[in-house]
Amino acid sequence: MKLIIAIIKPFKLDDVREALSNVGVQGITVTEVKGFGRQRGHTELYRGAEYVVDFLPKSKIELAVADEDADRVIEAILEAARTGQVGDGKIFVTDLEHVIRIRTGETGAMAI
Amino acid sequence: MEDHAQLAGRVTELAYALDTFYFLVTGAMVMWMAAGFSMLESGLVRAKNTAEILTKNVGLYSIACIVYMLSGYSVMYPGAFEGGVFQSLSSLGTGLLASTDHGVADVLGSGGETYYSSLADFFFQVVFAATAMSIVSGAVAERMKLWSFFLFAVIMVGFIYPVQGFWKWGGGFLDAAGFQDFAGSGVVHLCGATAAFAGVLLLGPRVGKYGPDGQINAIPGCNLPLATLGTLILWLGWFGFNGGSELKISDVGEANAVARVFVNTNMAASGGLVAALALARLWFGKADLTMALNGALAGLVAITAEPLAPTPLAATLIGAGGGLLVVASIVTLDKLKIDDPVGAISVHGVAGIWGLLAVPLSNEDATLTAQLLGTGSIILWVFLASGLAWLALRHTIGLRVSEQQEYAGVDLGECGLEAYPEFTRAD
Repeated sequence: MKLIIAIIKPFKLDDVREALSNVGVQGITVTEVKGFGRQRGHTELYRGAEYVVDFLPKSKIELAVADEDADRVIEAILEAARTGQVGDGKIFVTDLEHVIRIRTGETGAMAI
Repeated sequence: MEDHAQLAGRVTELAYALDTFYFLVTGAMVMWMAAGFSMLESGLVRAKNTAEILTKNVGLYSIACIVYMLSGYSVMYPGAFEGGVFQSLSSLGTGLLASTDHGVADVLGSGGETYYSSLADFFFQVVFAATAMSIVSGAVAERMKLWSFFLFAVIMVGFIYPVQGFWKWGGGFLDAAGFQDFAGSGVVHLCGATAAFAGVLLLGPRVGKYGPDGQINAIPGCNLPLATLGTLILWLGWFGFNGGSELKISDVGEANAVARVFVNTNMAASGGLVAALALARLWFGKADLTMALNGALAGLVAITAEPLAPTPLAATLIGAGGGLLVVASIVTLDKLKIDDPVGAISVHGVAGIWGLLAVPLSNEDATLTAQLLGTGSIILWVFLASGLAWLALRHTIGLRVSEQQEYAGVDLGECGLEAYPEFTRAD
């Protein structure tokens, strides 16, 4: 199993969610985060004083997938989240050792 | 068919009732300015300091009312009380509460001298005292100990504010010298700003506000809708603040005067806002909302010294002068490393001085000399007296929270709760 972590632009969240639904993903976790990559921050002005905003708001999506579904899911996220402008984000894929559904105790593929 | 004397009596009683009602309603509008200050200040501080500044605002209002009843009122208007300056204190305010208000016979027999309830007079005055004290809370925000602030409020409303209030409105030397201050640009606003200024000098700036190389770091407010709401509430309350200071409405002349005061108050605020917004756009390249809000308030403060005499156009320009000055003042104070998170010193102090000195432009009875005397006396007295009070507090219970508490936010340290507990913290 794989744990897919995607950092995307917040306004793309609905598009990505829909795309994931369309490829059969049934559950995701979303967190609001801040960060930067090559996309630099910008300067703002408050009562005459300039300040630099380094960190930009992003949305982080985490989801568990079976190995055979990983490529499809990644493709769906890429298509939905891409704008072509700097700051589109990144996808991280890691191995997932265990998954357990809390309510029933199911494990492994049954729990995804 | 009632005879003429009875009818005349009824008209007099009706006028008494109307004027009393007028004091009470405009006083209530000034009370509502406490909500304005609360929203404005909570919008311009960071989320982690919001609950504390709200506590400060509701606390100071209540403390001011009690202390003014116990002490301040009779210090400010000793002529109204037998037993002199501290009569009120020695009777713990019961003198005020126990004294019977004017009877019908007294009113009818006074020839128009006794024309409103004496408790209405107290009500109208106490809300002004609370407003003066409220000005201080924004300037010392995010780093002053709550209880040091409350203790200062007791000293300020019990003594410092009433003494200079007496000089002008209680029949003291400033009034005799011809100093004009219709609703309190000096007595209320400049007074509050000067006390704030003394406090901020002894308190120091917020941690991280000024960098080691002379940089000025922005610390943005957490809720601009609240700040805007607060400004508009203050704007509305100001109709009571200036309008009520006409002190009468029950004849044609007075009613017309009140109408003119309302119009001028509104025009000055508008002029102040537009001027500040335009200057911010020209100077910083952006339409800074917080400058616009401060501009409106500066316009209101400026016209408060004389909202009756100017024409509406002149009032607009007086307000605009306040708006321009407040933007320049805010930037200048930051350059001098005087940290005022909400611009209170600029809005109420600098614009207050402008308002007082602008009075001779429209009021023939005013002279620049008398205005300078009043301005100088108020600044000198309030700065020294409050400076001493702040100093005494600093050397006893301390003025400032610890650096750790300042980082964590004064909400946790002073209030033990958060204003927005469900939102993840940004810093």
